[in-house]
Parts: sequence; C-alpha cells; structure tokens
Amino acid sequence: MEPQLSWYLALSAVLFTIGVTGVIIKRNIIAMFMCIELMLNAVNLTFVAFASFFHDVTGQLFVFIVMTVAAAEAAVGLGIIIAIFRNRETLDVDEASILKL
Amino acid sequence: MENNLLSVIIFAPLAGAAINWLAGRRVRDERFIATIACGSVAISTIVAFYLAFNSHGALRTEEPLLDHIWTWLRVGNFRADFALAMDRLSGTYALFVTFVGFLIHVFAVGYMRGEAGFYRFFAYLNLFMFAMLTLVLADNFVLMFVGWEGVGLCSYLLIGYYIDRKEAGDAAKKAFIVNRVGDWGFVLGIMLTFLLTGSVSFFANPAAGEATQTALSYFKSAPVEPFTLGALAAGGATSVAILLFIGAVGKSAQIPLYVWLPDAMAGPTPVSALIHAATMVTAGVYMIVRCSEIFVHAPMAMFIVAIIGAATALFAATIGIAQNDIKKVLAYSTISQLGYMFLACGVGAFVAAIFHVITHAFFKALLFLGSGSVINGMHHEQDMRRMGGLRKYMPITFATMITGWLAISGVPIFAGFFSKDEILWKTWSAAGLGSFSKVLWIVGAITALLTAIYMTRLMVMTFWGAERFRDTHSGHPEHEEKEQSHRPVEPHESPWVMTVPLIVLAVLSTVGGFIGVPYALANRDINVIEHTLEPVVAHVPSHEEGITAEAATGLHGSEAAAHSDVTAERLLTVVSVVIALLGIGAGWVLFQRRPLMQMPRLLENKYYVDEIYDAALIRPIETVSREGLWKIIDKGVIDGGLHSIGEAVTELGRLGRWLQAGFVRGYAAIILLGALILIGLFAYIGSTSVR
Repeated sequence: MEPQLSWYLALSAVLFTIGVTGVIIKRNIIAMFMCIELMLNAVNLTFVAFASFFHDVTGQLFVFIVMTVAAAEAAVGLGIIIAIFRNRETLDVDEASILKL
Repeated sequence: MENNLLSVIIFAPLAGAAINWLAGRRVRDERFIATIACGSVAISTIVAFYLAFNSHGALRTEEPLLDHIWTWLRVGNFRADFALAMDRLSGTYALFVTFVGFLIHVFAVGYMRGEAGFYRFFAYLNLFMFAMLTLVLADNFVLMFVGWEGVGLCSYLLIGYYIDRKEAGDAAKKAFIVNRVGDWGFVLGIMLTFLLTGSVSFFANPAAGEATQTALSYFKSAPVEPFTLGALAAGGATSVAILLFIGAVGKSAQIPLYVWLPDAMAGPTPVSALIHAATMVTAGVYMIVRCSEIFVHAPMAMFIVAIIGAATALFAATIGIAQNDIKKVLAYSTISQLGYMFLACGVGAFVAAIFHVITHAFFKALLFLGSGSVINGMHHEQDMRRMGGLRKYMPITFATMITGWLAISGVPIFAGFFSKDEILWKTWSAAGLGSFSKVLWIVGAITALLTAIYMTRLMVMTFWGAERFRDTHSGHPEHEEKEQSHRPVEPHESPWVMTVPLIVLAVLSTVGGFIGVPYALANRDINVIEHTLEPVVAHVPSHEEGITAEAATGLHGSEAAAHSDVTAERLLTVVSVVIALLGIGAGWVLFQRRPLMQMPRLLENKYYVDEIYDAALIRPIETVSREGLWKIIDKGVIDGGLHSIGEAVTELGRLGRWLQAGFVRGYAAIILLGALILIGLFAYIGSTSVR
C-alpha cells in the first residue's frame, strides 16, 4: 500500500499535538524545550510531505530555514536554561515566575 | 515717497539695546555702555530731524514718507506689513520722542552712575525707544500694536528695574496687568476696523502694489453716526472709536485705568520722565489723533472722550495736591495733564492735543528730571517733607525747575501757557456740545487752578522754607531704619551730565510754546504747529465747523464772527492767566507759611481708589480663583478627572494582571488558545466561502 499524503499529515498532527501538550504540562524546562523541538519537526514533516506530493522544492527549502532557526534557538535556549539553573539550582519553570534572575 | 532711512530711526536704538545687552554685560564699562546707548538715540534723532526738515521732508510735504521693510502678515485680503510711515503727525511725534529721549538718556548716565544694572537699564531704555518709535512710525494698526505692546513691556521691565524691591515688582505687575485691560479694547478695535474696512493700513502704499483703500479713507466717506448711546454697540465707527479709546485709557492712564501710573514711580526717575511722562503715556493721544478720522464720525465716542478727559484732569489734580512724595505729585500731575489732552481730543481739537503733548513732554520731562536731580542730590530721599531750602544747594536744578513750574502752571510766554490755553479755548468754543462745552471749560479751568497750586506746593516744599533734611523724623518709624545709613544728608548739586539736559529742557519749556501762538494773541498768523498738523487730522464735520477754524487761522469766513471770537479768546486767555497767577499766589501764601500743612485725608489717600479696586475687583477675583477655580475647577474637575482616569487604568490593570502570572506554561497555553481561535476562524471563513 502506497503511503498517502494524509498519513504524513496525520503523523505530523499527532507529533505537533504531543509537542503542544508537552509544552503546557511539562514543568521541566528541558522537557519543554524538547517538546518545542518536536513541534518544529512536526511542521518540518508537513513541509517535506507537501514538497514531495506537489513536486515542489520550496517546501524543502523552508525545512532548511526552520532547521537553521531551530539550531540558533537551541543555542540561545540552552544558554538561558544554564543561566537559570546556575541561579536557581532548579529546572522547574514555575520557579522562574518573576522578571529577574 | 519711499525712503529707507526711516528704518534707521527705529533700528538704531534696537541695535544699541542688543549691543548693550550682549556686550555691555561683559564689558561693564559705564562709558562704553553710555556711549552706545546715547549714540544710538542720537543717530535716531539726527535722522528724524533730517527726514522731517530736508527739502522733501515729512513736515514740509503733503505726502508721507514710506518705508516698506518687509511684508509681514498676508492672509487672504488681510495685509499687515512691517512698514513705516512718517507724515506730519508721526514726524512731529518722532522729533520730540527722539530729542527728549536723547536728553533723558544723557541725564540717566549721571543718575544711574554706579548701579550694578547699568547695562541692563540702558538696554531696556534703548529697547523702549525702538518700541516707541515703531508705535509712532507704524503705517498700520497691527505694527502700531506691536510697538504698543513693546512700550508696555519696556515699561514693565523698567518699573521693576530695582529687582530687589518688592514694591517695584508689584508696581510693574500692576502696570502690565492694568494695561492688558486697555489692550483688550485696542485689539478688538483693530479687529472691528478690519471687519468694517478690509484694511488695517493708515496710508495707501503704492510701492507695495495694493489698492488705495485704507482703514482711514473708508471712514472718511462714511456718514457721521448719530449721537446716541445705541451707536456704541452698533458695530460702526462709534464702536471702533470707543474700543480704541479703551486702549488709550489704559496706556494713557485715564479714569478708570489710571491706577498703575502713580505706582510706576517705583522705577528710576529717568524712566518716569521718559516713559511715564513724556512719551509712552501720550501714545494714547497719538493713537486717537491718528484715528481722528474715525472719531469725528463718532460724536458719542468723542463726547465720552471729552468727559473722561475732563474728569481725569480734575480728579488727578485734586489727588496731586495732597501727595508728599515728589514723584507722586508729578505722576498725578501727568495724569491730570493727559486728561487735558483727551479733553482736547474729545472736543475735536486734535492739533491742540498734540501741541500740549509736545509742550508737556518738555516741561514734564524737565520736572521729572529736576526731581531726579533733587532725589540724587538728597541721596535718594523722595519725601518732600524732608526737603526744603534746597535752592541754596542746587541752584541749577532750582532755576530749571522754576521754568517747568511756570510752564505747567500756565504763566504767559512759557510753553504750557499756549498749549493749555489753546485747549481751554477750543473746549469753550467746541461745536456741537452746546452749553456742555462751558461745563467742560469750567472743569478745565478749575484743574488749571489746582495745577498751579500743587506745583507751587511742590516747589515751596522742595526749594524754599526751612531745611528739614537734617531733622530726625520721629513721626515715621517705618523709615527710621533706612534713614540711619543716610544721615547726615548733605544735599549737593548734580554733575553736568544731569544739569545740561535740564538746561536744554528748561529752554524748551520756556520758548517751546512759540510754535503754537494763536492768532488772537499774536494778531499775526504764526501758528506753526497748527499749519503743520492741520492737513493730517480730521475735522468735526458740522455746520458750525467754520467757526473754530476761522478763529484759529483768521483766514476765511465772515470777519465779524472771527472778530468776536478773537475777542472772546483774548478774554478767556486773560481769565486763565488770572487763574494761573491766583493758583500760584494761593499756593505760595499757604505753603510758604506752613509747608507741612496736613492735607485732607481723603485726598492724601487718593480717594481710596486702590482700596476700592482691591475690595471690588482684586479680592473677589482672588476669592473666586481660590474657592472656585482652584478648589473646584482645578482640584475637583481637572485633578479629579485625571486621578479618576488613573484609577480606572489601575483597576483595569488589576483585572488584566491574572494573565501575567509569570508562569511560562500559562503563557504557552494562552498562545495555544490564540492559535486555536485563529485556526477556527480561518476554518470557519474557509468553509463559508467554499459554500
């Protein structure tokens, strides 16, 4: 049986929903971070699926851009996480609830 | 005729003011400052005389000299240029303003010696000359108003010159605020003029390429308005005239706005001489004569001008008789003399008014400068009760003051005699007032008597009698402390920079009247001032018009009428000479014997007018301001409104604060919610548009 476009989209939607749910319910900052990555990659999956289906490379180009942004975001985000951990000695985001360290 | 030299007259003092303000404050060399100040006014004086008297001079031709400097305001058909005009009237004014101004500048160099604010004083004084000459030479109402406000500003600055004295600051504020009341009328008058005529210019200026319809030429062809109170509110010539007159009342210190002038004596004496006697306060007279075309078409306004003038003349003279401060006497005398000028305007004798302005500038500047010399010689003592016998110590001041005294009292051959007599005669023979003109004449004559009395009192208290300046005055404990530093006072004559202007003015006060000798006295037609100014002022258009003109010039009309008028004028002259001598005699007999005679308390306290104004106007305004404007409007409405807006925002913020709990996951949820709403919206729109 040939894989259909809808399969990819369904998988992508599932992954995205898992990511969203994770961001909202997880308290560990690293887990949240990973969930954000999951959302980004779910979107990536949509992009490549459409690119393949429509025979258009534009979607793949967008994937590269998303990956670049994700890499930059990972660097900045991990930096912030380290800074928070150094100050608070915890990774619970609910502890970081005021606008200063 | 276009002549660019005119601008030199006004800009030379402005340059002097700028140099003294910018450079003088750093140089701080009195000789430098004095040279700049007097030099710039001297340039104005020379140029003014040249332009007035050269072969095409303003006083010799019919056409005014014009100088269009730049187009200033131009909106629609409203046009006000920064343009100057010198015709016979403004030329005459410019001459005595610059000349008397120059003498007073020279005097002030001596009077202000050693003052810390020397540069400031002369910068202001030069600025005043600029403003005054702009006022006089302006060729439209709007520029005239600029000068009008400029002299008001300089007056304010110079009254408040002694910045460390509270009464000087208060007097300055009083002068400024009272003048605002008059300016309100002036501004409205200008607006109404523009509304009626579509122009604010006095003269048609061919160089500017404008139509020849000017503000004044419009009124020339207008009909004379009826002599009713209703005309005042009708919005025609009478309304314009009365609004302009309100402006003149403020600037020229007439009832009811005269109260600022006596207080203005808190300024240095040269300022009192220049601004509050010789020039600025006569700006109101100038304005009315400039607008005589409007006034002659408004008989009701003329009538009011005459009444206010006569009332002020009498009222101020009675106060002047009871004052003890030498400058206060002269201040009330100035108000009284200004009343004479307005009386002359009111009866249509515009030339006589200007004549009196000129002679008054001479003798009142002389008297003020003389009093300044006395004050200087007495080490800043102004109370006449502590003078006496000064003629021995200050012979030059004494001799010059004598001429001023005789001039203002109206003793023949002195300047004031001719001008005052002219006014009284014109009042007596005024056309259209009927027997009321005789009432005005009686008021004028009583004023003349009082003038002679209070001036004699001033002279006697100052220069004759016992030398009271060495006494200690236990009766005035409030002055006691100040006196300690001054005693013992040894009066001395002033230096030559002060006496020379006095001498020049004394000569002018003596012979200045000969420019206006009436036909009735000389039996020849040598009335120079009348011939010069007659073409530029308007005449009261009435069937009796011929009479006054004939009596003065004796040229046309029926011989018999002219003859009887000449006889009447001579008779009245004799009467007024008798009045003057009577006043001097009475004053001499009374005050020579008892120089410290107690005057009626009502007069000494100036009829309590200041107190009445205080109770009737100032207190209520203060109360309304504090209780109404401050406590209700400001604190209640404005502050309350602002505070409630602030509180509403705070409450709104309190409501919105739960969104900003600070929990990252909460924010994530909100973002998700937003995204879902957007997606839902798109989905909904998409489904409806497909269908």
